[in-house]
Amino acid sequence: MTPALGALLGALFPAGHAVREEDGIVRGAARTAAGDVAVLGSAGGAEVGVEAALALAGEVLRVVREHPGRPIVVLVDTRGQRMTRRDEVLGLNGYLGHLAACVELARRRGHRLVAVVSGDAVSGGVLPLGFMADAIHAVEGAHPWVMSLPAMARVTKLPLERLEELSRSSAVLAPGLDGFVRLGALEPAWEPPLSERLAAALSRPVGPDRRAELGLERGGRLLAAAVARRVSGEDADEP
Amino acid sequence: MERLAFELESAGPPAPRAPPVVVGVVASGNLEVLVEPAELDGRCRVEIATSAHGFGEIWDAVLRDFAARNAVAGLALSVNDAGATPAVVSLRLDQAVEEYLGQRP
Amino acid sequence: MTLPDGGHPPAQKSYREATARRRLAGILDPGSFTELLGPSERVTSPHLASLGLSVAFDDGVVVGEGRLGGSAVLAASQEGGFMGGAVGEVHGAKLVGLLRRAERERPAGVLLLLDSGGVRLQEANAGLVAVSEIMRALLSARAAGVPVVGLIGGGWGCFGGMGIVARCCDGLAMSEEGRLGISGPDVIEATKGVEELDAADRALVWRTYGGKHRYLLGEADLIVEDDLAAFRAAAAELLARPRPLDLDSLAREHERLARRLADFGGCGDAAEVWQLAAAPEPERLPLLDADAFRRTVAPARRGEP
Repeated sequence: MTPALGALLGALFPAGHAVREEDGIVRGAARTAAGDVAVLGSAGGAEVGVEAALALAGEVLRVVREHPGRPIVVLVDTRGQRMTRRDEVLGLNGYLGHLAACVELARRRGHRLVAVVSGDAVSGGVLPLGFMADAIHAVEGAHPWVMSLPAMARVTKLPLERLEELSRSSAVLAPGLDGFVRLGALEPAWEPPLSERLAAALSRPVGPDRRAELGLERGGRLLAAAVARRVSGEDADEP
Repeated sequence: MERLAFELESAGPPAPRAPPVVVGVVASGNLEVLVEPAELDGRCRVEIATSAHGFGEIWDAVLRDFAARNAVAGLALSVNDAGATPAVVSLRLDQAVEEYLGQRP
Repeated sequence: MTLPDGGHPPAQKSYREATARRRLAGILDPGSFTELLGPSERVTSPHLASLGLSVAFDDGVVVGEGRLGGSAVLAASQEGGFMGGAVGEVHGAKLVGLLRRAERERPAGVLLLLDSGGVRLQEANAGLVAVSEIMRALLSARAAGVPVVGLIGGGWGCFGGMGIVARCCDGLAMSEEGRLGISGPDVIEATKGVEELDAADRALVWRTYGGKHRYLLGEADLIVEDDLAAFRAAAAELLARPRPLDLDSLAREHERLARRLADFGGCGDAAEVWQLAAAPEPERLPLLDADAFRRTVAPARRGEP
C-alpha cells in the first residue's frame, strides 16, 4: 500500500479499517461514526482493465450478498480504462458495463454509495463505479479530467491559446476539480477532518441523480437540466 | 462561423402549412436544411450559418435559382452548412422542399 | 448532382448508409415516430458555437416516441455524420431525458440506435458527465422494468463511454460492420503506439471490434445483416427477452465474464479466441454472411445459455 493511500485511509477511518490494496484495486471494510462500511475502488492512478473490473464487480456482489444494506465508500484514483489490444479483444466495455450494473443493483438494494475522489478520475475508470455513486466527493489532490488542453488542441485542430482563453470562462474544457464542481459532477474538496465529512455524507438522505440541476445552479451547465426535463415530460406534470 | 440571410421572391401560391422537416446532416462537405411554414407575404426566407466564409454571392445565386425552380413562398429555411459545394446545396434544398410538400396532411 | 425526375429515392435498405432519421423511420412502424425536442426547437450546443464550430439543430441525436410491432416504445438515434455521434451536453441530456421518460411512462421498451465515438472532445468534461448520467438513467429505467435495447451498425460504431452504455442495455444487436469497444483503434495507437494496435490494419480492427467477434464472445446477443428490416426484427426480438437487473441475473453474468477471462485471458488477438473457442474453420468466418456465421459458430458461442 502506498503512503498516500495509507494516509487517506487513516484520515477517513481513524476508528479502524481492514482495507487491502492489490494491483491498484482497493477492497475491505472500515468503521465510521455512521456505522460500518464496505470500501472499494482504485488507488495510485490504476488503470482499470478486465481483471480489475471483474474483481470490483465481484466485490460489489459479495457486499450485497454478505452485508445487505451496508454503505459502500468508493475510493477513486484512476487514470482511466486500460488501453490495450487484449482488453479490447476480451470486451473491456462489457466488463465495465457489468460493474456499473452491479453498482446499480447495490443501490436498489439499499446500499448507500459515497465516492471520494483523491487523485485522477478519468473516463472508463470512473464511469462504472465512482461516478455511479449517490454523492461524489473530493479531497485535496482530486483531479478529474478527460483530455489535456494540448491534446485537445491537436484533436480539435483549434489553437491552444484559444482553448486556454475559453477555459477561463467555460467549465467544459479544462481538466481539474473546479470545472467538474461547476458542472455539478463533484462536490468541492473536503476540509479536514475527513472522517467527520465522510460521516456526514453517509448520513445525508439519498435521492435521484441531481447533477444536471447542480450544474445549472453553479453555472457550469446551463442547458442539461432543462433539456432532460423537457424530453422526459416532467415539465408537463407540474401544476 | 458566418451568418447570412436572404429573402427570396418565389412564384406560385404560398406553400401549405405542414409540420417542419429537416434534411441532410452537418458533416464535412454537407449541410442540414430545416423547412418550416412562416407568414412571409409571398416570399421565402433563408437563414444560413456556414463554416465557409466569403461565399455570400454564390449562396445568393444558388438560392435565386432554387426559388425560381420551386414554389417556396411562405417557407422559412434554416441551414447549417459545413462547407458543402453549390451542387450539394442545391440538391439538399430541393430534397428538403420536396419532403416538406410530400408529407401526408 | 440532380434528383431523379419527381421520383423518390430508392427504398433504403442499408442500415449503415442511412441517416439517424432514416434509421428510425425504417426500424419503427411506418409513420409512428413523433420527435421530442425536434430541430425546430433549435436546442444546439453553446460550446461548439463558442469555438466557432458548426452546430446541428438536433445536436446529433433524434429522440422521440413511436411504435414497434404495435407496441409503444421510446427511441433515440445518434447521427454519426455530425461530430462522430459524440456526446455533448445537449446530446447527452436528450438521451437522459428519454430514459427518464421511459421510467415515468413505462413503454414496452427503449431502443437506442447507437453510432458514437464517445465523449465529444470539444465539450469534454460535460460529455463525460453526460455519459455518466446516461448510464444512471438507463440502469434506473431497467430497474423499473423497462427493457432497453441497443442497435449497433452505423459507420462510427460505439466507442468510449458509449461502449459502456451499450453493455448496460438488456440486449444488443450488431451487424458485422458494426463495431463495439471502449478504446478505439486510433486512441490505442495514439496512446500506446502502432505495435500495440495498428489502426490502419482494417482486418485487425474488424476482428477485434466487429460484430462477429462481439457475437462470438457473447457481447452482442444477435448478429444481423446490414439491413433496416433485419435490425427492426432484432429490436423486436430483444425487447421480448429482457435481462432482469437482479442478483441472480448479475451473478450469472459475472460467472460468464469470469469464464471468458479464464478461457481467453491469454489471447492478444481475436483470431486466437476463435481458435480456442473451437469455432470451425476460424479463417473462413470473416467471409460468411450473418446467417451462415450464426449457424457455424453456434456450438462455440459464449452467449447467455
